Amino acid sequence: MSDDLFKLNVDGQDIEVPRHYTLMQACEEAGAEIPRFCYHERLSVAGNCRMCLVEWEGAPKPIASCAQTVGDMRPNRDGSAPNIRTKGAYVEKARNGVMEFLLINHPLDCPICDQGGECDLQDQAMAYGRAGSRFDENKRAVEDKYMGPLVKTIMNRCIQCTRCVRFAAEVAGVEELGMISRGENAEITTYLEKSLTSELSGNVIDLCPVGALTSKPYAFNARPWELRKTSSIDVMDAMGAAIRVDAKGDGVMRILPEVSEGINEEWLSDKSRFIWDGLARQRLDKPYIRVNGKLRPATWGEAFVAVREALSAPAEKIGVVAGDLIEVEQAKAALDLFRSLGVQNTDCRPAGAQYGTDGVRERYILNGALAGVEDADALLLIGTNPRMEAAVWNARIRKAWLWADLKVGRIGEAADLTYDHTWLGEGASALADIRKSDFGKVLSDAKRPMIVVGEGALCGEDGAAVLANALDIANEIGAVTDGWAGFGVLHSAAGRVGALDVGFVPGEQGAATADILSGQMETVVLLGADEVDLSGIGAAKVIYVGSHGDAGASRADIILPSAAYTEMSATYVNTEGRVQMTSRAVQPKGEAREGWAIFRALSDVMGKKLPYDTADALRADLRGPEGDATVFSGLGFAPGVMGVDALKTPMTGVSKDLTTATFRPVFDDFYMTNPIARASKTMAECSALASALDTPVAAE
Amino acid sequence: MLQDKDRIFTNLYGLHSPDLEAAKKRGAWHLTKEMLDQGPDWICDQIKASGLRGRGGAGFPTGLKWTFMPKEVRDRPHYLVVNADESEPGTCKDREIMRHDPHLLIEGCMVASRAMRAHKCYVYLRGEYINERHALEKAVKEAYEAKLIGKDNVNGWDFDLYVHHGAGAYICGEETALLESLEGKKGQPRLKPPFPANAGLYGCPTTVNNVESIAVAPTILRRGAEWFAGFGRPNNAGTKLFCISGHVNKPCNVEEEMSITFRDLIDTHCGGIRGGWDNLKAVIPGGSSVPMVPAEQIMDAYMDFDTLRDLKSGLGTAAVIVMDKDTDLIKAIARLAYFYKHESCGQCTPCREGTGWMWRVMERMVTGEAEHDEIETLLDVTKQVEGHTICALGDAAAWPIQGLIRHFRHEIEDRINQYRLPRAMVQGAVVAAE
Amino acid sequence: MALRRFDMEAGGDTFAFKPETEEKIAFWRDKYPADKQRSAVIPMLWLAQKDNQGWLSEPAMREVADRLEMPYIRVYEVATFYTMFRLQPVGKYHIQLCGTTPCQLRGAEKLKDVCRTEIGKQMFVTDDGRLSWEEVECLGACVNAPMVQVNDDYFEDLTPDSFSTILNKLKNGVEAHPGPQVDRINSAPEGGTAILTDPELFDGTRNKSGSLPNLPSAEPEPEPTAAGKPDESAPTNTQREVPQKENTGKTTLISKTESAEKDSGQGASSTDDED
Repeated sequence: MSDDLFKLNVDGQDIEVPRHYTLMQACEEAGAEIPRFCYHERLSVAGNCRMCLVEWEGAPKPIASCAQTVGDMRPNRDGSAPNIRTKGAYVEKARNGVMEFLLINHPLDCPICDQGGECDLQDQAMAYGRAGSRFDENKRAVEDKYMGPLVKTIMNRCIQCTRCVRFAAEVAGVEELGMISRGENAEITTYLEKSLTSELSGNVIDLCPVGALTSKPYAFNARPWELRKTSSIDVMDAMGAAIRVDAKGDGVMRILPEVSEGINEEWLSDKSRFIWDGLARQRLDKPYIRVNGKLRPATWGEAFVAVREALSAPAEKIGVVAGDLIEVEQAKAALDLFRSLGVQNTDCRPAGAQYGTDGVRERYILNGALAGVEDADALLLIGTNPRMEAAVWNARIRKAWLWADLKVGRIGEAADLTYDHTWLGEGASALADIRKSDFGKVLSDAKRPMIVVGEGALCGEDGAAVLANALDIANEIGAVTDGWAGFGVLHSAAGRVGALDVGFVPGEQGAATADILSGQMETVVLLGADEVDLSGIGAAKVIYVGSHGDAGASRADIILPSAAYTEMSATYVNTEGRVQMTSRAVQPKGEAREGWAIFRALSDVMGKKLPYDTADALRADLRGPEGDATVFSGLGFAPGVMGVDALKTPMTGVSKDLTTATFRPVFDDFYMTNPIARASKTMAECSALASALDTPVAAE
Repeated sequence: MLQDKDRIFTNLYGLHSPDLEAAKKRGAWHLTKEMLDQGPDWICDQIKASGLRGRGGAGFPTGLKWTFMPKEVRDRPHYLVVNADESEPGTCKDREIMRHDPHLLIEGCMVASRAMRAHKCYVYLRGEYINERHALEKAVKEAYEAKLIGKDNVNGWDFDLYVHHGAGAYICGEETALLESLEGKKGQPRLKPPFPANAGLYGCPTTVNNVESIAVAPTILRRGAEWFAGFGRPNNAGTKLFCISGHVNKPCNVEEEMSITFRDLIDTHCGGIRGGWDNLKAVIPGGSSVPMVPAEQIMDAYMDFDTLRDLKSGLGTAAVIVMDKDTDLIKAIARLAYFYKHESCGQCTPCREGTGWMWRVMERMVTGEAEHDEIETLLDVTKQVEGHTICALGDAAAWPIQGLIRHFRHEIEDRINQYRLPRAMVQGAVVAAE
Repeated sequence: MALRRFDMEAGGDTFAFKPETEEKIAFWRDKYPADKQRSAVIPMLWLAQKDNQGWLSEPAMREVADRLEMPYIRVYEVATFYTMFRLQPVGKYHIQLCGTTPCQLRGAEKLKDVCRTEIGKQMFVTDDGRLSWEEVECLGACVNAPMVQVNDDYFEDLTPDSFSTILNKLKNGVEAHPGPQVDRINSAPEGGTAILTDPELFDGTRNKSGSLPNLPSAEPEPEPTAAGKPDESAPTNTQREVPQKENTGKTTLISKTESAEKDSGQGASSTDDED
């Protein structure tokens, strides 16, 4: 027997497992099924539900297998492996008893419970419970609690497993949930029923094994078995979290996280989860043309004619800006078309971040991957607030801080990240001083330091200089070594990396976003670009291609309606350079069409027919010749440390002079970052609550 | 009867001053430095040889427990935590030590700390013992001022003692719940392992001992392990504080020899059973958590760990609750069921849900408003709680009821019959009239 | 245990510790390592309760949380878990009446009747603001049952009459003496004790021995004779002498009246409830 392995006999079967395994893991390794409620692999062990009891032969009592570390067990007196039984009368009696206790005070309201059909308690009661009730007393009544606009509570159903409490304290990093009182009066609540302030609060709904915490927006909307479930990718931030879109008819009913270890583990931010009502509101469902100052519905044919006329302007007087949510296919089709028209004024950086123009991909992706932060021992965040820009990744940073003692330093506006960090300053001057600072020493002493630059640091005048300096520092402190690529850019827009990958930046002599929108153009094309300042655009004709009636559409002269991310199978590249695809869960609204198809059709009208008739053909074009390793040749692939060599070369040709300007936050409002979010009533409610909390008391 | 010369707690009743000077005259702080100089191994060996078993209820050998602490102090300090959260119904012995003989406890803390290489000790008092806390704090201050404890003290072992208190939670008498409470949290027992000797207070190696276990240690060392071991039957050594409450003529606390017979204990110190020995009905011999023993079995039983275990009960804290024939046993146990429901921490399922269920059924049993087969259901529920919980409170809640049903099932049945009888007649009358 | 909720209305918006309490706060906080100040939460909540007429208001709880830099919910959990924290106003004298079995066996239920008659239902505060009561679980004075705790002090060995007298004293601002209300000293048997009378116990005789037994250098002591299976070996106390029994008649019982002097000096009277 190896030192690291421990021998066990589970239900008569000999197995060897690592000593750090819990008995529950060991039993599962042996193929046994262990019921549980309180245990969750991503939370600390509570051991309170007592459902996972197993028999350890010779032990006086059954053992809670979730809490027993295998390495702490003793072999039998004769030296043979401990005998564990997960079946048989003894174990069944124990589980049956626990099940009965869980049910005596649990209401029999399954028919009106939103958890019905996907309830752990329901399932396990069927499997392990007794047929009838012996409980003749009154059931306990527990007051429902207010937890905010997202989480609905029916506390009679609560079985006090404390998963939600542990999630809030450990993962979300907001100590706002607790179990008050004691004994049978114990209640789960927030402090005096204040709203949860975490941007990850919706996860407690998934964690709740019963119907105590359910989704407020989804309440009584659908039953799980009548939903069409589609695995897809989230686009609310640049992480590309794995999601499942549940739809009924042509409406999205809810969005849930799926497990994706490298990206979102199994969590999802509230924006990603509760955005779905925004998919049904403010939608552009047919083309529009502005006539006499007013937008009126048009046919696609009429709209294309108008577009052709608008694009008859000189190529240098046409500008194209791609927005935050653009999918790779649309970016490529649009770029191909406009280049064929001679248009060089193309840009996918609405906020003017200075990256992506030198052709070195490693300088605009998060090398070392999202999961890499768990291997890091020091992290410097420059001009980024991951809690706002990549909330789920922030939880992973917190995890590394909590369990692996990760040291975090940050430059940017002061913020509560949910973990302790050294605040180094508000702007680039702090970056210049980093070498002299105490945290600079932490970084250079670290074995695997990591530097992450956000858009907040790259949008200023000295954006390129910040990036160049950060890269230099990364090389100095050993963040870029063989096998460790601890340098990268954290994006907040789902479409950015993909658009950069297809080269959606100014062409030769082309203008960037700021110039395109400065009134020099005769025609401006906005590809879902709403987070831009259109006030200086002058008299330019504006063509808006997008899914929602937001800032861009209201200024537009021609509107071409396109599909939203739940309505198409489209490619997105996340911040770590991982190529992923969404799946169509519902049909596009009305006459809306997928973005690439709009430009394929337009290319016909313009007489510059694009060389692909299907999305697959377009993607084949992206991938390039068979056998070539290109960005798009491997779905789900993130380059990680492969690009480390490219990072070893300092950036040349850019000024490295830093200004004293402060970095500005990428977002002011976590809940309102894109047109879909701004269309969502749920997000509006969250936003109002959050801003009320931020308002100083003195203002009352 | 234990002779006065062999009593450890010579100021049990507070007839004399608890002050340092008086305590010293009674033998406290004598040869303490010599004990500490001998080092941990000698102290542990002596305590082991004395046969001292923990006085807090479980009866685990105290010397052995001390040896579970790491042999070296590494990056984490060692702690001794003294459990003075005396809350087991029937028990009121540690209170007397703290208010009348606090120096024995403080000296014991120092000796035990030396044995486990600890320089810091917390004494956790229950919140209600306010005057006891003041008395102990006063004694601690005296000891500091006399340089008996503290940094660079005359005894040569740096030692700090801090008094802490709770605020009304029986569960904090469970050692890991006590540690949680001492860390400023709810008193919810921890999962074991890890055991406190590995990761206790603030994650550091910790041993939790009962007040009495600690307070007797210096006297044992002064008078010799064999002196202490000479009392009581083998494996049940020493002298012990008994708390006799309930239906005796003169309830009291008394230090007696282990293995004294019940009859001897009551007749010698408590003036006999109220209404005479024939009037004895049942006894809870070790605090509320142990099952009751009927009169005929307890009368001449030895009051020690092994005898009472063989009677399917236990010595527990040696809190002897005597019940005479006027007692409504069902009501007495129902009140204990309420106690456990009230004191359940609510953390784990069987105890949180089971204690409330058991109490509600017991309340109906008191009036007889129950079905006969509910007795069996109740017994089954106690078995579903017992052994399935994180800590021993589940067992403690189950055992009194099991004891009642084991020995006095007929009384419950009679009660049910009595409740039904008049109602059955009324019903019968109605039927006849129709 | 009823649902535990703050009385928000009675609690108002603010709370401040009394200036003289600061010293006590420092005393308690000093006991715990600098990075483990959370340990002080129970003592500090207790002090807050003392400074708030005997009950813990929501602002008082927040003050403690702020001082210890603890999240409110964590302090809220503590405040609702421990039943000595009272979340609604109580009388100047709050009576905690032990109702657990050892007290029940000796008449606690009759004392409850007294409370109901003299005060009202549980947690009701009399109009003059002087009295309130609640039934609590075992207070750890079982050999002095039945008993109650009034603020800091235990009143023991009560009868309905003696309890009623005490309540009336408290109501009328007359000093009431805590401790046993019958002829006994603390937990000694009623009427006096025959044990602990040997003067040598108290005069330093015990300190005559100049060295410890069983030191490593000394001759190895024989193993304790007590060995073997407990079930088979006779208990030592069966052969023991019982001279004291005969002596009981001769021994002067130390009774309450004799030690009245000592007794009066002990224990704070309930009219002076300092912590």
